[in-house]
Amino acid sequence: MSTNDPDHGGDGVALQEGDLPARFENPGIPEHQHRMADTDPKAAKRAERQVAFLFVLSMVGTLVMIVGYFAVKMDHDLGFIDYLNRLELSNKLLGIGMAISLLGIGVGAVHWAKTLMPDEERIDYRHLQRGSDEVRAEAVDMLATGVEESGFARRPLIRNTLIGAMALFPLPGLILFRDTGPLPGKYLATTFWKAGDRLMLDPEGGPIKASDMVLGSVAHVLPEGIEEAEHPLNEKAKAAVLLIRLEEDLLAPESLPGAHGGIVAYSKICTHMGCPVALYEQRTHHLLCPCHQSTFDLTQNCKVIFGPAKRALPQLAITVDDEGYLVAAAPFSEPTGPSYWERS
Amino acid sequence: MSDSAINKVGATTGNWLDERLGASGVVKGFSRKVFPDHWSFMLGEIALYSFVILLLSGTFLTFFFVPSAAEVVYDGPYTTLAGQHVSEAFDSTMHLSFEVRGGLLMRQIHHWAALIFVVSMIVHMFRIFFTGAFRKPREINWVIGMILAILAVVEGFLGYSLPDDLLSGNGLRIAQGIVLGIPVVGSYVSFFLFGGGFPGEAFIPRFYTLHVLLIPAIMLALITFHLILVVVHKHTQYPGPGKTNSNVVGFPLFPIYTAKAGGFFFIVFGVTALMGALFTINGIWVYGPYDPSPIGAGAQPDFYMGFLDGAVRIMPGFVEFTVWGHTVSPNIFLPTLVLPGLMVTPALLYPWIEAWVTGDKREHHLLDRPRNQPTRTGLGVMAITLYTLLWISGGNDIVATHLHLSINDITHVLRVIVFVFPPLAYLITKRICLGLQRKDREKVLHGRETGRVFRTEEGEVFELHAPLSANDRWLLVGFDSPEPAQALPATDSSGVRRPGGALEKVRQKISKFYFEDRVAPVTPAELAEAHHHGDHEEISASGGGDEKHAISSGH
Ligand code: HEM
Ligand code: FES
Repeated sequence: MSTNDPDHGGDGVALQEGDLPARFENPGIPEHQHRMADTDPKAAKRAERQVAFLFVLSMVGTLVMIVGYFAVKMDHDLGFIDYLNRLELSNKLLGIGMAISLLGIGVGAVHWAKTLMPDEERIDYRHLQRGSDEVRAEAVDMLATGVEESGFARRPLIRNTLIGAMALFPLPGLILFRDTGPLPGKYLATTFWKAGDRLMLDPEGGPIKASDMVLGSVAHVLPEGIEEAEHPLNEKAKAAVLLIRLEEDLLAPESLPGAHGGIVAYSKICTHMGCPVALYEQRTHHLLCPCHQSTFDLTQNCKVIFGPAKRALPQLAITVDDEGYLVAAAPFSEPTGPSYWERS
Repeated sequence: MSDSAINKVGATTGNWLDERLGASGVVKGFSRKVFPDHWSFMLGEIALYSFVILLLSGTFLTFFFVPSAAEVVYDGPYTTLAGQHVSEAFDSTMHLSFEVRGGLLMRQIHHWAALIFVVSMIVHMFRIFFTGAFRKPREINWVIGMILAILAVVEGFLGYSLPDDLLSGNGLRIAQGIVLGIPVVGSYVSFFLFGGGFPGEAFIPRFYTLHVLLIPAIMLALITFHLILVVVHKHTQYPGPGKTNSNVVGFPLFPIYTAKAGGFFFIVFGVTALMGALFTINGIWVYGPYDPSPIGAGAQPDFYMGFLDGAVRIMPGFVEFTVWGHTVSPNIFLPTLVLPGLMVTPALLYPWIEAWVTGDKREHHLLDRPRNQPTRTGLGVMAITLYTLLWISGGNDIVATHLHLSINDITHVLRVIVFVFPPLAYLITKRICLGLQRKDREKVLHGRETGRVFRTEEGEVFELHAPLSANDRWLLVGFDSPEPAQALPATDSSGVRRPGGALEKVRQKISKFYFEDRVAPVTPAELAEAHHHGDHEEISASGGGDEKHAISSGH
């Protein structure tokens, strides 16, 4: 078998000993079958009318779209529900009009090609991708001449310094990205919480009294003053906290120093990839992260009991101030949120 | 207009263009180029057309979308959100959806087109794989295609992040968690990417530039090159009577393909428009603006992210550890960075791997029927199975609620079957392919079943078989069936060790893995033998070939 034979597998007819070929022969292109429209002028006329009908349908679609655009106005005086209905009507008219306009042209053109344009298969021949031996020899010669004329091989000093220059010149391109952001510093290890910050309801706002937290209740809280921070969203992404009250004797001993009665506060930012751990299952006292189902057990100091997270949710130590409002007893003692290299 | 008038206008325009562009040469070279026809060749076309639709609809969106994280108070007609603090990006997407006539339609067309784009690329890729269209000389186009698919996924994720709604924000939060998990440099990369802490104000304008300029420009260049190569190589064709490795049988570019492919663009666009008209997608007003604190249950990313999400979900967390005061998180970088690398690299290199195993340096323009390449087909189905299982894992919560099962149980089961099912799928697929090949042999040797029944004098019942026509037979016998590479002695004739002997051994092993189980096409001698065997040869059919050995004689 030759190594670069474009004819392999196609019409191999190599003869074996005896009179039967080793392989079957390619029988060649089958005879062409005529379509109705090729032989029957009536069928051709019918196909022509169908194509024209589709093109006319397209024009109708375009008109529907134009009329829909001007006839259906998005009027701000409408009530909420009416406005939404109007929007739906507008979207449907424009979209369906557009679809008809496009499909009319598309289906028409394909139908035209299939029924009325000649469907007799034609044959082209392929050539190997590689150039002929002469062309290749010539090309190699040309390149060799070019290299020779440039002196690239003869002048190693030029060659080597060029390689050095080319290796260095992308570096500034990397360095230029330095100012795309500040260095992390202690940012990931700290949150907005400081000792004495009141726990404010999220999103309603307002402080919470310990007495407001009845058994089994859950509150989403943020540190007081976070809305006035320079980047409130960034701060929230580290400082969001879940506040829950359960029977005190259910709590693990490690949780008790940071708890107030049966009330405990834990970071709401998943230690896996940072989604809010917002689902609390009353019955089992489990916290569930909806992103990848990491499950944290409130009765075991929020240890991970299932899922791809490794670390427990950090606890925020809380207490009450003189007015009876819940406040942070201390900042978080460890970074909240996902793992990162510098985190110890 | 009469025919002669059309001709006259055509002649004048043609002359004008030719004198300036040499257009006649181009027309002569291209207009009658032959393209073969098959439904599966339309998959790539769908991808191309949805890219064009994305360019058109995306450009419309840029006229209204404001790529800024600056805070504004929402006061538009969707009064449920009235008074909320939102970013200008969210606000302008709301404006587009509710107040710009056709804006919602364009958004929905853009999003549906993005999904169709990625699906069609993936299916197109598997068509190429299963039919062997990646073989020489088309390896470069295989690689370009893979890069395009990866870029499409990245581009989709960037676009998805732009409206700054709750769902996309949580997706972005996860992306940032992945970046943070990169050992050593993670937090630095995150700070440079987001311009500081998460989410910050920088990512929207940055992602916007990448989404509307850089990545589409790269994709456009790659697509152009991809298509030029298709023309240079001439399209592959499926085997059949008259089709050889050195011809191409089909219809001319002009007028047939101009009409069919041009028409098909309008059809794809029309279907996308219909979807935009009828099916809501990414209704950001339901999710609300991004805020790091709230979240909804059962949130799902766009489907093309699903397999990564699934890998993350079934990864157990205990593998994270700390060493010398540093946290190392394989629970994050194994499923999100290492796994995709392990999935993409063998796929990228596959054309070279197979060529190395077969030692085949020839050009291939005739496609394989998947059954005639049982091992390759098995490997492809194995990849699809893995991808699908990971994707299902990404919906483990949804599976759990629908089947009323515990999510923990489902996750445990998935952890096992992602390792077990893909190899099983490989084995089963290979068996099926070999079985189909054996059926093909039967058909060639004993004719096809007619459905008519014949009863012998002894009362035995047979089905009558009719012999195949030469055209029908050709499809079943006209293929190559390679045999495993033969072992060369470790030393050559003069007793010197062959260079690369160890590598050659590996190659033989893999070659055995590929081609040991094979069913060879029927030869004319075998057919003659079968006919010779009995007078009512067309009657019975029994048993297949022995799969451990090439079938070299009939029975
Ligand atoms: C090439 C592949 C592309 C993909 C896969 C893609 C995907 C997406 C997706 C999924 C969205 C979210 C849309 C939503 O709100 O539901 C989006 C938004 C957007 N895209 Fe693209 N896109 C592509 C190309 C482009 C191009 C070329 C442009 C502009 C020339 C563009 C402009 C935009 C704009 C302005 C938005 C934000 C507006 C909005 O969300 O309503 N896109 N893109
Ligand atoms: S982010 Fe919570 S489980 Fe992944």
